[in-house]
Amino acid sequence: MPGTRGPVPVPLQDGTRDVTQQILDRLDSKASFLTSTEFPDIPQNEIKAALDRLASRAMVQYTTQDSERLSLTPEGSTIVNEGSHEYKVWDAVHKAGKLEMKDLLSAVGDSAKVGQGNAMKNKWIKKDGSALVPAVDSVEDATRIQLQQVQDTQALKDPKLQADYKKRKLIVATKVITYTVEKGPKYAKEIPVEVTDLTADMLASGEWKTANFKPYNFKSLGATQNAGALHPLNKVRKEFRDIFFNLGFIEMPTSRYVETGFWNFDSLYVPQQHPARDLQDTFYISDPAVADKPRADPEAEAQMDIMEAGINKLHGTTKPKEPRDYEAYWENIRKVHENGAFGSIGYRYPWSEKECLRLVLRTHTTANTSWVLHRLAQDPRPAKYFSIDRVFRNETVDATHLAEFHQVEGVIAEPNLTLGDGMGFLEYFYAQLGIGNLRFKPAYNPYTEPSMEIFGYHIGLKKWIEIGNSGVFRPEMLEPLGLPKDLRVFGFGLSVERPTMIKYKVDNIRDLVGHKVSLDFIESNAAVRLDKN
Amino acid sequence: MPTVSVGRDRLFAALGETYTQEEFEDLCFRFGIELDDVTTEKAIIRKEKHLEEEEGDEDEEVIYKIEVPANRYDLLCLEGIAQALRVFNWKQEIPAYKVANISRESMIKMHVKPETSSIRPYVVCAVLRGITFDEGSYNSFIDLQDKLHQNICRRRTLVAIGTHDLDTLHCPFTYEALPPSNINFVPLKQVKNFRADELMEFYKSDLKLKKFLHIIENSPVYPVIYDRDRTVLSLPPIINSAHSAITLKTKNVFIECTATDLTKAKIVLNTVVTTFSEYCERKCEIEPVEVIYSDGKSYTYPELSVYNMEVSLSYITGAIGVPLEAEEVTNLLNRMQLHAQQSVSGDSSTINVSVPPTRSDVLHPCDVMEDVAIAYGYNNIKDIAVAKGYNISKGRAVSLKPLRLEEFSHLIRLEMAMCGFTEVLSFILCSLGDNFAMLNHEDDGSTAVIIENPRSSENETARTSLMSGILKTVGQNKAHPKPIKIFEVGDVVLLDETKDVGATNPFYLSSYDLQIIHGLVERIMQVIGLVPPDDSTTYYLKPSNEPEFLRGTQASIVYKGKQIGTSGIVHPEVLPSMVSLLVDSSKVSIEWVSSLTPELAMVPSDVSPVFVVRQGTSSALLPMLTHLATLNGYEGHHHWHP
Repeated sequence: MPGTRGPVPVPLQDGTRDVTQQILDRLDSKASFLTSTEFPDIPQNEIKAALDRLASRAMVQYTTQDSERLSLTPEGSTIVNEGSHEYKVWDAVHKAGKLEMKDLLSAVGDSAKVGQGNAMKNKWIKKDGSALVPAVDSVEDATRIQLQQVQDTQALKDPKLQADYKKRKLIVATKVITYTVEKGPKYAKEIPVEVTDLTADMLASGEWKTANFKPYNFKSLGATQNAGALHPLNKVRKEFRDIFFNLGFIEMPTSRYVETGFWNFDSLYVPQQHPARDLQDTFYISDPAVADKPRADPEAEAQMDIMEAGINKLHGTTKPKEPRDYEAYWENIRKVHENGAFGSIGYRYPWSEKECLRLVLRTHTTANTSWVLHRLAQDPRPAKYFSIDRVFRNETVDATHLAEFHQVEGVIAEPNLTLGDGMGFLEYFYAQLGIGNLRFKPAYNPYTEPSMEIFGYHIGLKKWIEIGNSGVFRPEMLEPLGLPKDLRVFGFGLSVERPTMIKYKVDNIRDLVGHKVSLDFIESNAAVRLDKN
Repeated sequence: MPTVSVGRDRLFAALGETYTQEEFEDLCFRFGIELDDVTTEKAIIRKEKHLEEEEGDEDEEVIYKIEVPANRYDLLCLEGIAQALRVFNWKQEIPAYKVANISRESMIKMHVKPETSSIRPYVVCAVLRGITFDEGSYNSFIDLQDKLHQNICRRRTLVAIGTHDLDTLHCPFTYEALPPSNINFVPLKQVKNFRADELMEFYKSDLKLKKFLHIIENSPVYPVIYDRDRTVLSLPPIINSAHSAITLKTKNVFIECTATDLTKAKIVLNTVVTTFSEYCERKCEIEPVEVIYSDGKSYTYPELSVYNMEVSLSYITGAIGVPLEAEEVTNLLNRMQLHAQQSVSGDSSTINVSVPPTRSDVLHPCDVMEDVAIAYGYNNIKDIAVAKGYNISKGRAVSLKPLRLEEFSHLIRLEMAMCGFTEVLSFILCSLGDNFAMLNHEDDGSTAVIIENPRSSENETARTSLMSGILKTVGQNKAHPKPIKIFEVGDVVLLDETKDVGATNPFYLSSYDLQIIHGLVERIMQVIGLVPPDDSTTYYLKPSNEPEFLRGTQASIVYKGKQIGTSGIVHPEVLPSMVSLLVDSSKVSIEWVSSLTPELAMVPSDVSPVFVVRQGTSSALLPMLTHLATLNGYEGHHHWHP
């Protein structure tokens, strides 16, 4: 009884009746008894509760007997009293000598329909034109006799007959549970007072020394805790953030869901005819209709200043920065797409400013990464950045894909960084997530070269899974930003949803994110220990 | 990524080797393509018709669906994949494509009329002479055109390909643009003559072709190609004529690509002719066509000239991180179909790379470097890096501060959970109805961005508040034991003319609870570091009148004179399912929602709980910092400022 405090006796009262005490009293005089005979009037559930209470204290032992008891329906009782329908028909016909069929209803009432058929079948009566005449002088009403027997014994031997009567709704069966009760090893005439909790009073009085403590019921659930819970996806997200912080990464500001084509695509050397820019893949914004050309974002800049203050100090760059030259960057991007520049032959197509100023819901956080790397170009030095935030794709939605998801992105800028360095780092990074032995597959991505899909062996799932994308940013993306040629930038990305679904064994992404998610699921899942699988 | 379906047995025959599926998958993995699916023709048809999966016959041809990189147009058909893998496996030399050496006089001519400039200004052409098709190569030829149309041609908007049986035609050809009513011909797969405008009407019911009609539909003139006898070759980018259709018996194929993007037209033409020149009598030889514009300028296509790129050896090895000799590099590049030769000048070694017409994806030396890495084996590079230790600047003796807003939102989330609330994560995308009407709000067009191309009503806008997601979550969890105490912290999107993108996403907190959460507001304010209400220097509550809340049971939260949040009993009209919840459960009497708007998150640092870490180093720490910096490979780069 959760909530019960202090030394209390454990009675089971039903009004004035104490069933447990009655059972104990009866056992005092009888070694064993059947509850159905001793307590025919007490409901079975009350008896059961009382027996369980006593049995848990080893004061009684009992066994359960299930049996079936037959009883008559009101129609069945009428037959016992007045005879069966067919008997009533025969009786009426017999008494009249000859009875017109149309008069039968008024003679025997409701029994007419069933009774006539059965009486004919039994060859008790026969037809004579439109009238009925008796075929025999005396009959034995077997139905009445059988039902009489049911009334007397609550049973019927012939199972076929039993089924027939049940079908005709003359009898019903009820399940009867009765218990054979005998004394248990700790039998006593009264239930001893049991204590469920230790109180200050008991300690003060010394009563605890002699108190009879109630044993725990290990089979029952404990009391529900009034606990709050964090969403599992955000728990995994926090793990990722901590891993990045521990590895010396700086968080990038990403509070820009609405982004320009310029930052989302052109700055990343994604040509304007690239399929990713199709209406089928990207959400375009119709209101606001068009963006301004890129310009300073003092808020985001100030946040970066705070976060990078320490790093800048380390690299000895505390001098105030020149304002960024967005116009020059814009022209660099035009050149590298349209005519080729920075050692590249370019895509050689007419580049449209209008396409750059279309607004989209960002399809990746790499749009924000470009902005951060443009900032880095003012003062190039080794740097590591990350972000985890929502991105949007106008794709067909299925069990593992939604129109929005959380992207994890990591970026490492380092003079003369090699492909091997990046791969070696990823091996280490994924080991923090419990995934080792990476394999890299050549892939295509417009803004990285080399580009690699990352496959990892998942120890928990015991199979190879694709766990991310990575690559070295193309010079066509980096050099227009103003970064020096030898500062190479390695980037990698993955979703938060996939590792979370694996971690919490969720098959359908709609059971993880969105308003259809069960609160029970959120409240009951385990803490994140990614290395524990 | 495009997917190419190829017959397995035909592919293995072309590769000159048979693989188990596992072996083939491994080859694909190393080369950078992917065996996406293994199926059969009949299984594909069954799937299209949604028939039950039946036992496939043993003799059904197995089809490999292979995913190829989106910029490798040369891999869009069996011939291209097979050749790339043969070269990769040292089974074939890199083919050398050449333009047939014929005099300008005997060259086939294509005259371009000036009117084409208004609709589809470019055309490039070539001839494949003495070709021999079999059923497989013929189908592959058609499929390749389809794949190119879908991919680089951007569904025929940029480039459209027409292929013709040259022996049915009489050159020279003309590329013109005429009013639709002046164009008459029997189109492919039809028997009757159509006028161009009637044909466009006719194709409106054609599932495959109706998608392309918009490209020229509204133009007063349609592009059309004629031969000397005014026989129509094609009405690009819609359809070819039946007259010049190619068949299995065709020996000489005339190829024309009309375009709005000349660079891509050349790539498409090169891809078609180089891939199928292997079936020509003179392998790898393509007959040129002269294209003459009305201003007298003339060009000869295809342009098969290789593009030369000089890449320094140290760039390649430095970028990959594995020491390689020049000879190894040239060998590796040969496996990727790139001719490469070493040239030494002074101390530095340079690799001269000839980029063949099939490799339009090579734009920059970094593309060459990637091919060296792929041929060497990505996983070999990784193994070497892991063994010797990767070289990335590791820890720093400076504190790394998290993004303030992120850290603030995290702290709020923890505090909310400590108050016994459960966090939910709802969608940013929602319908306009859920965002406004459901909350009793009118959309006056001044707060929400509008998405131009939503696939469903669920994606019409980005939320401007968290409340609809919170309430919908409650609606979906009616069976959950009461009280329901949930919250969400996240970004919303609001129109904002001061931003270059015209919108901003501030950070909101919203929660829902079936008991009064007035106390929760106080608690959150307390952990943020604000003293309790009734002090006009911090925050206080005042009556408000928001349509989503019941009148008289709601309050604005005001901080330093500015409204930063609201709370109130949700109006019964707000969500019908909420009302039924109220009726269903006798225990539930009131519900409160509160949201805190961004200004709260932006409180000055003196009251914000975001970590305040003092900057600066003392002289006592300098030696240690120097040591740490040196350990991290920063010798010479660092300067200390007092």
